[in-house]
Amino acid sequence: MREGKSVMIVGVGGQGTLLASRILGNVVIEEGYDVKVSEVHGMAQRGGSVVTYVKYGEKVYAPIISEGEADIILSFEELEAYRYLPYLKKGGTLIVNAQEIDPMPVITGAAKYPADIIQKLKDKADGVIAIDALALANEAGNSKAVNVVLLGVLAKSSGIAEEKWLEAVRKTVPPKFLDVNVKAFALGYHA
Amino acid sequence: MKQLMLGNEAVARGAYEAGVNVVSSYPGTPSTEITENIAKYDDVYSEWAPNEKVALEVAIGASFSGARAMTCMKHVGVNVAADPLFTVSYTGVNGGLVICAADDQGMHSSQNEQDSRNLAISSKVAMLEPSDSQECKDFTKLAFDISEEYDTPVMLRLSTRISHSQSLVEVGEREERARKDYVKNPGKYVMMPAMAKARHVVVEDRLVKLTALSEKLAKEEINTDKIGVITAGIAYQYAKEALGDAASYLKLDMVNPLPVEAIKAFAEKHEKVYVIEELDPVIEKHCREIGVDVIGKEAFTLLGEYTAPMVAKAVLGKDAAEHTEAGEDTPVRPPVMCPGCPHRGMFYVLKKLGLTVCGDIGCYTLGALAPLQSIDACVCMGASIGMAHGMEKAAGADFRRNTVAIIGDSTFIHSGITGLIDVVYNKGNSTVIILDNSITGMTGHQPNPTTGFTIKNEPTKQVNLITLAQAVGVSPEHIRVADPFDLDNFEKVVKEEVAADEPSVIISQRPCALLKFVKYDGCCEITDKCKKCKMCLKLGCPAITNKDGVIAIDTSLCNGCGLCQNICKFGAIEKVGGSDA
Repeated sequence: MREGKSVMIVGVGGQGTLLASRILGNVVIEEGYDVKVSEVHGMAQRGGSVVTYVKYGEKVYAPIISEGEADIILSFEELEAYRYLPYLKKGGTLIVNAQEIDPMPVITGAAKYPADIIQKLKDKADGVIAIDALALANEAGNSKAVNVVLLGVLAKSSGIAEEKWLEAVRKTVPPKFLDVNVKAFALGYHA
Repeated sequence: MKQLMLGNEAVARGAYEAGVNVVSSYPGTPSTEITENIAKYDDVYSEWAPNEKVALEVAIGASFSGARAMTCMKHVGVNVAADPLFTVSYTGVNGGLVICAADDQGMHSSQNEQDSRNLAISSKVAMLEPSDSQECKDFTKLAFDISEEYDTPVMLRLSTRISHSQSLVEVGEREERARKDYVKNPGKYVMMPAMAKARHVVVEDRLVKLTALSEKLAKEEINTDKIGVITAGIAYQYAKEALGDAASYLKLDMVNPLPVEAIKAFAEKHEKVYVIEELDPVIEKHCREIGVDVIGKEAFTLLGEYTAPMVAKAVLGKDAAEHTEAGEDTPVRPPVMCPGCPHRGMFYVLKKLGLTVCGDIGCYTLGALAPLQSIDACVCMGASIGMAHGMEKAAGADFRRNTVAIIGDSTFIHSGITGLIDVVYNKGNSTVIILDNSITGMTGHQPNPTTGFTIKNEPTKQVNLITLAQAVGVSPEHIRVADPFDLDNFEKVVKEEVAADEPSVIISQRPCALLKFVKYDGCCEITDKCKKCKMCLKLGCPAITNKDGVIAIDTSLCNGCGLCQNICKFGAIEKVGGSDA
């Protein structure tokens, strides 16, 4: 029986986390896995904390991932990485984009954005990869390619060949943004 | 080749393959994408109806005429459609009639957590419950067949984790079907006492026949004689993941009516029998009623969603996977109105005036949260206007002069109009603010009767809210249109209208910031003129941040709407990067 993986993609509503989960879903079916991708729609999408679950393996039952079960967590934002850390499996990989987006309680002064999140994550878990995806996206030529940079980092951790991922990226992004996105993916993959 | 599909997309595919002819729905999370996907098929007529009741009535008409018809809604939408539902149960169908009800266990995007199975039971119609996308497709097709064979509407019970999870689906071809003949039959289709009495007999008889079918649709998987699990829908997936071969399963594909013999036979084969179902103990109570001893809610919960570890703990006593604890200093991240949201300006004014605000269902319900915290009450679609009227009648004119109802354009059409008619007819003087943002926002931009476009984006006639309010009896001088970003004028208009001893309608007009044609120029920036008065933070815009006392605008979030410029008394916010910068 082939080993599958449980992957969580977390971030702030509006950051484009759904694209990453859909590409991942399509890559793993090409590999012949059973897969379930669970998304959040509706109210939470409005700037709230959002999470998408992608589970693949020989046979997948529950579409959601519980605490201590995620092989990989890809977080688009620091606080969301901190929030979902309990979901990381012992020995799992946590990829975190070094970006801070203040939630409303912090903006209103009712709460504080925790300091030094990346250090705290590293203290609590092995396998934390912090990356400045915005800088890499700018290097690729478009600040909007942050999610594709992160997808590159995720691809590296997935154990599925780079070429399979590039194929999926080519199928998904519009042709005029292809060069930027391929570059962004490569920067993430080799980061 | 199998395709990865959302449960909702698979329901649409199933209906398409089953030869559905007419689909009429009202959007509601988590059901919306079923009808959005149906709209992509050119050989199916689809529409957004003004509300779920009308949607079901359209589907009923299509069915009576001999076509296959479907309607889709969220769980609370079934309440709105309950009136026709309970009686179409009596008439039965001509062409197959399927009603999709999407529950929202965990209330990801809903105001309550009701269990639609109760409505299938009380309306005495058949209900199927799929557990993944393939079953969504297969059960939808099956539902049409059952509907025609048993002369019953069939409900399909979905839930957030089924509707919004993608899994693999084998796609088939559409089966084109000729519309059945329409034959005049008042004994079947005209429900008045004499006919309905006869039809009630048919309904009870049909339930007996459907129970026999339900026995056949119960799938037994025997792995052990120790633990048996009776389950359905998404709960089946949690049970299967948690228990694997350590339990046997009786998976119920039909959840109303429930089987009797299949459950008794399954229970006899096991030492202990668990019922695993989210929300209400529907299967559990049925088991007890037929004399089968089961373990149910005493081991689980009536609240929210289940998980596989929850099932493993309850049944096997197994602890959850080892994991780190979250930091105690983790602030929550509630959803917020988007940068550039037109509702923000309105709420700023309502908060400033300290009004009692009867709210309604939509993105603007977020106005209840800090820092705008303007909404006092929110119950269901359309309730804002009736509540404001009730407050006036109970608490008097002074109370009313401090109260408004706010309601979105789509919600107003859905069931706000009748509330407004009540206000005018019964000599009320409420102030109703209709939030006209040119779209149905929360569910993801569906056109509605005020937008002038159909579900397929074809231009159509448009409801004019001004003439509508006039026709209802609101005086023209008390129907005002105001831009919620022009804060001074908006405040003036609200003050005048709440003071007026007449019913008023204020149309708060500005399009949703997420609409493609809405393009604000550049983005805003805080200059060194900032006196740190924090007025701009009162807007609750996610793009304006306060880092250790330094107020700044996050350029990656700001869309340049400029509302913050309007409230800064020091002219410290400037537009940059725009064409006029």
